Amino acid sequence: MYSYYLRLALKSFRRTPGLTALMVGAIALGIAVCIMTMTVYHAMSGNPIWWKNDRLYAVTMDNWNPNQPEDPQHPDLPPPQLTFKDATYLLGSNIPERKVVMYARQSVLTGGVAERKPVPVTTRVTTGDFFAMFDVPFKYGSAWSASADQGATPVIVLNKEQNDKLFGGANSVGRTIRWDDREFRIVGVLDTWSPTPRFYDLNNGAFSEPDDVYIPLGWTRTLGQYPNGGNTNCWRPETVNTFADFLESDCVWVQMWVELPDKASRERMQALLEGYWAEQHKAGRFPRPRNNRLTDVGQWLKDRGVVQNDNRMLVGIAFAFLAVCLLNTVGILLAKFLNGAAIAGVRRALGASRRQIFIQHLIEVGVLATVSAVLGLALGALGLLGVHSLYVTNDVVDAVTNAQGGYQQLTHFDTVSVLWALMLAMVSALAAGLYPAWRIGRVSPAVYLKSQ
Amino acid sequence: MLKMQNVGKVYRTDLIETHALRDFSLEVAAGEFVAVTGPSGSGKTTFLNVTGLLETFETGQYLLDGSDVSRLSDDARSRLRNEKIGFIFQSFNLIPDLNIYDNVDVPLRYRRLKATDRHERISSALELVGLASRVKHMPSQLSGGQQQRVAIARAIAGDPAFLLADEPTGNLDSLMARQVMDLLEQINEMGTTIVLVTHDPELARRAHRNVHVVDGQISDLKMYESRAVGGAQTLGAARA
Repeated sequence: MYSYYLRLALKSFRRTPGLTALMVGAIALGIAVCIMTMTVYHAMSGNPIWWKNDRLYAVTMDNWNPNQPEDPQHPDLPPPQLTFKDATYLLGSNIPERKVVMYARQSVLTGGVAERKPVPVTTRVTTGDFFAMFDVPFKYGSAWSASADQGATPVIVLNKEQNDKLFGGANSVGRTIRWDDREFRIVGVLDTWSPTPRFYDLNNGAFSEPDDVYIPLGWTRTLGQYPNGGNTNCWRPETVNTFADFLESDCVWVQMWVELPDKASRERMQALLEGYWAEQHKAGRFPRPRNNRLTDVGQWLKDRGVVQNDNRMLVGIAFAFLAVCLLNTVGILLAKFLNGAAIAGVRRALGASRRQIFIQHLIEVGVLATVSAVLGLALGALGLLGVHSLYVTNDVVDAVTNAQGGYQQLTHFDTVSVLWALMLAMVSALAAGLYPAWRIGRVSPAVYLKSQ
Repeated sequence: MLKMQNVGKVYRTDLIETHALRDFSLEVAAGEFVAVTGPSGSGKTTFLNVTGLLETFETGQYLLDGSDVSRLSDDARSRLRNEKIGFIFQSFNLIPDLNIYDNVDVPLRYRRLKATDRHERISSALELVGLASRVKHMPSQLSGGQQQRVAIARAIAGDPAFLLADEPTGNLDSLMARQVMDLLEQINEMGTTIVLVTHDPELARRAHRNVHVVDGQISDLKMYESRAVGGAQTLGAARA
């Protein structure tokens, strides 16, 4: 029976191609706008490492001005970064299963088989746990060993894009490359990896590109260079004559994450923070009230305001637009179905029940919904392509787009988006067709049989 | 076949109540050919709609094939309508974007018959009305008389117990009207009960019995074949 209804639906579309196109267009347009805004919103608000939400924690301690919080708009939050000396102290703990202390640097990379001029790259100076902790996939090689973290070991990990540019995508593990005029041996090449938002370091925009290269944290003292790739915040005047002075200062500039597999380890880690805080407080540091936190990724993104109100408003507007499109569709469908009431009356006289007439028209709406969904998806993809082209990236404008928040990262269609869009389209169009289909099922056939 | 006792049907608006049928009683026996006549607004069409289970009624009782159909659900009424009743309309009411074959197929689809069974029934119905060679034609490609014959084929394809014909020749010229009436008589002779609503006394005279309706009530009964005088039950029993 359903295939019969399907045939009738197709005949109905052929009978009124203009109206059908209008309805499909209206729904598809509404869907496309929703897809675009929701894709961006989904990417912004999603937790890119949700499967580890109960294991990964950002470590923060409130070592700030006793007279005012670091962020006056969120006075309850400690600064998002730690001082180097606090971070390195906590790094010595064996409580976390994995631990990462890191910061970003702007550097220059030279070498490779392609004759390329030195190019600016973003470097993440980090401990080797970074890769396993954040489930970073490797295409070739692996992370450096734990011993490499102890000093200035000249090992480097490239991301896929840099390896493609420098080595044409070939396995470059074991080869050397010049990083800021120092020779480094490549130990690993990442596969595609682009967590969105870039939760582990929100300093340069939550949606900026991932880092280009990675070197061990042990290089920090050897390089002796002040950080130039993130935010360094200090709250009190300090005498900083040397880089060693800077490392001992109360300026916050490094990020710390720990992997704590269970409640017991979380409690032990929290106790460590509290104990360390008490000790430092006694020694005259940490002048603010105790505020030491282990924050999971989901809460971290909320605390740090990754999803802005503008985006929520945009989603609201998009849905309002969809509602207008659907209302129009309801009107058109109602007119179309009631225009065919005489035929529905004939069918009723020939034995169709109200339910069968309702189902027949609902299937017509279902076909309409499917076509609208596919078209809406295509239009949405085109729209996202348009958004992407506004923020088109190349080597020269990378920095600019990153500064704009890296919106090009948000315009990818993933499986979840596609499924979500299809479901939205189906539900929307079916909702639009429900009332007209119900109405046509309720018409009294007798009225139309005499007058057709 | 059908028996109505004191059936009442009222149409209500905010201001007016219209009694379309009042204490309407009629019995039609299996195999009868009954003509229902009456002036405009007398209740003929309401009678037809109630008889065809297209409309409900407020009072009285209606037995169809021995079963009380007074208070059935829409699904049950639709099923009965599909299985026991065939409709023929004045304006044919063929579905314009279905070809002849598919038009005749409509009631069979709702009966959920197998494709082979449906094909057999459609073919023999179209054969009977002389349009077996036009299965692929669209309704707009046929004359009025041919369209009405298709409508008759559609009505009889499901092998209903009785046909309800509402002014079936009203839109046809006299020649075609005669052909359609011949066909209806032929179908009746094959055993199908027919209730024909008409204005035309000539057509009414071709029925076995004429029921005249005025103001929603039966005002007169005539029997053309046997000329027997008496109530409907007697006439029905006489034909049976």
